Amino acid sequence: MDTDATLLARLRDGDEQAFTDLVGRYHSSMLRLALSFVSSQAVAEEVVQDTWLAVLRGLGRFEERSSLRTWVFTILVNRARSTGVREARTVPVADAGPVVDASRFGPNGAWAVPPEHWAEEAENRIDAVKLSGLLRGGLDGLPGRQREVVLLRDVEGLSSAEVCKVLSISEVNQRVLLHRGRSKLRQVLESELGGGPR
Amino acid sequence: MSFLSGLMRFRSPAALPCQQVVEMVTDYVEGMMPAADRRRLEHHLTGCRHCTEYLAQMRETIRLAGRVTPEDLTPEMRTELTELYRRWRTEG
Repeated sequence: MDTDATLLARLRDGDEQAFTDLVGRYHSSMLRLALSFVSSQAVAEEVVQDTWLAVLRGLGRFEERSSLRTWVFTILVNRARSTGVREARTVPVADAGPVVDASRFGPNGAWAVPPEHWAEEAENRIDAVKLSGLLRGGLDGLPGRQREVVLLRDVEGLSSAEVCKVLSISEVNQRVLLHRGRSKLRQVLESELGGGPR
Repeated sequence: MSFLSGLMRFRSPAALPCQQVVEMVTDYVEGMMPAADRRRLEHHLTGCRHCTEYLAQMRETIRLAGRVTPEDLTPEMRTELTELYRRWRTEG
């Protein structure tokens, strides 16, 4: 598979297939990300299309001071915000409460209902398609800000600095959201693989 | 956990309850934990297989999230984007 840098070069050479490849690589994450800012699938699709057009139009000006994907996601988030549907969103405070239910610990704070062993076994016990679906469902179930951070960090592999830049949030905030989002995704896997209260 | 180690954990001012450990794992995995806290956490992990498993599950969750495959575009969306690209090419 071509790297983003190669795709960028091909795109600048007017290679339509490079655009198709780029779309295939990022479109579904962009759509998922857009959906956390706007209220409907249709509006999200519009935002993503607008973003692709802005990417194409901006190719000549893109100076590669950030990676291609960081640039694309930044355009997307700015567009999604400016559609206005949820722009009145307040400071992204994470939802309160512990990431593991308090009932799973004894009075001294030690595990009363400890995690069952499944780390390293997930891929052997769940087939790849189901696993992907399970995690996508888990992502979709996360509160907006947590979904945005986990999607960019863990699914798309951006660095924490890149995520902070794309979403205009502080490093500390990013980490709090990441923590809550990742913990919930772990629970999704746990509910499938075993462990925790039934 | 033996009675003795249980007692030690209880009496040690540095002891961390598991319930607190699960709130610290992201800072730990991200390498954003002060050295003293990291040592306390690692000390806890050497004696707690449940938290060790929990940490491994969090790492596995991160790894598996990185392997989530993109969903295929709908044929309509694919067509629209191809048209969008071709329109842009003629913008000059």
